[in-house]
Amino acid sequence: MDEKRAVKGDWVRLHIVAMEPAERAEHLPEDTKNVPLEMWVKGFLQNETAEIGDEAQVMTRTGRLVCGILTERNPGYTHSFGDTVPELLQIGPQVRSIVFGGEQ
Amino acid sequence: MATDNSYQAVMARKNEIMKAAVGVDYGVYESGSIAFDYEGMMAATGYSLEDVQAIQRGFCVGGTPLMELKNLTALARKLAPKGYGARIFVKDEAANPSGSFKVRRAASSVYAAKQRGYKGVISATSGNYGAAVASCCAKAGLKCIVVQECFDSHGLGQPEIVEKARKCEALGAEVIQLTVGPELFYIFLRLLEDTGYFNASLYTTYGVQGIETLGWEIAQQFREQVGKDPAMVVCTNAGGGNLTGTARGLLKADCHAQVVGASVNLKGLHMASDRQFNRKSFTTGHTGFGVPFSTWPDRSDVPRSAARPLRYMDRYVTVNQGEVFYITEALASLEGLEKGPAGNTSLAAGFYLAQTLPEDECLVVQETEYTGAGKHVNAQLSFARSNGIEIKVGDPAEEVPGTSIVLPAHPSMIKARDIDMQNLRRSLIKHAVSTLPGCEENKAADLAQSDIEFLAAETKSSADFVREAL
Repeated sequence: MDEKRAVKGDWVRLHIVAMEPAERAEHLPEDTKNVPLEMWVKGFLQNETAEIGDEAQVMTRTGRLVCGILTERNPGYTHSFGDTVPELLQIGPQVRSIVFGGEQ
Repeated sequence: MATDNSYQAVMARKNEIMKAAVGVDYGVYESGSIAFDYEGMMAATGYSLEDVQAIQRGFCVGGTPLMELKNLTALARKLAPKGYGARIFVKDEAANPSGSFKVRRAASSVYAAKQRGYKGVISATSGNYGAAVASCCAKAGLKCIVVQECFDSHGLGQPEIVEKARKCEALGAEVIQLTVGPELFYIFLRLLEDTGYFNASLYTTYGVQGIETLGWEIAQQFREQVGKDPAMVVCTNAGGGNLTGTARGLLKADCHAQVVGASVNLKGLHMASDRQFNRKSFTTGHTGFGVPFSTWPDRSDVPRSAARPLRYMDRYVTVNQGEVFYITEALASLEGLEKGPAGNTSLAAGFYLAQTLPEDECLVVQETEYTGAGKHVNAQLSFARSNGIEIKVGDPAEEVPGTSIVLPAHPSMIKARDIDMQNLRRSLIKHAVSTLPGCEENKAADLAQSDIEFLAAETKSSADFVREAL
């Protein structure tokens, strides 16, 4: 199956520009004011077919119909426990040594 | 005629949207001046503490274990002067459904939403509260939308918030994710208007009353397990509801422990900055929320916040990011308890504060939170390093938020640093006066006695202190 092509009923993710920079609230830091407010929603594709980058419509988990640009088919999760941080490895032995023996 | 959904138009009708979405007419508690009827508002749900406990039991919420951390206490005593080092306890709130104390806040809201015929519930939160609302909605058979601030403008997600989104979705919620900016509130208002769902705000009476059971349980469990009350209760402080509700619950149990707020020091980082968003390793429980919400509670998403921490706070301390990460590792290595770092903010503070109390006293840290991918010391430090934050071992006092994270070279370097409470109190008073119309000089002079008394209660101070601050 073409990963870039989604068909009706597929679980997909949409990207929406919720506010252009010019529409944004006052009193924002410059770095925030200079970029759009972006939004992502997930839902079941309502179009017969759509490709990544197409305008598409989804029905969300709560039954809302939302339009946006299709960015992903079967969006998953990639967050993790990260790379090893060697500095953390010293802590356990240090506190155990203080409590159970060694350093006074 | 079509509804005007521009930012300005939606913000202009926020009070009517909120009235429909929380079912509370905040106007009836207003005096027309600074004072409002806080206790009247807190009683208006009609739920007693026993009612809230019954509602929570219906969601399998509460009754979490009170654990004594004997090895962490032993470590503190090694570092404390002779005779010092209070017994450290922790309330294992991670044992709740959804994995944090936040579900206490969600239960009454979701229950009330169901009773009153709402079809769904919306919450604006990047924190554990999203999963809490999602969990209760799942059990109540209500629809749930969680709105998160999650990504910077490069689409880079904070790992902890990404994990919270996953958990919300696992519990059946719809998650809407946004880039950085306070206009999240505008999106939230539009969703409330479009769906007609209930606003499960963290700051309504339901939300704060829900935590009173936590304070109450602490007092009861201490009396049963230890035979005495704790001398000090340490609460991680952000929006103020955790501390407010816990303190009110303690008072309802006639427990007069010192109540200490603790936040991670994120001094210098702007909370609405796109560039700085991913340069912090704590997404809540930090000074970026804790200080402004303490000194001006009504900045929240309801007209009058039920979370008013300066009414109850005896001390407010900060700890650094590296100190919290260290204590999280120590908790795992010494007590066999792997918990999420953000919830251990109060534990880092409590570890130091215990060293300042006699060893026959007890100190309780009133929460833990779940941990997992993203919501983990290693995940956060690895993410920080990849974003150019310097990670090193040394003196945590040298940590610069957004630039470095310093893991203490020795546990004796962990300190809780006091924030000047009088300054916070003065700041709240100044904010309150600034909300009045008219010219600056006359405002203070025109305050009624009822306003002075209200401000004294708001700041746990006296009428004399308020007059002097004015």
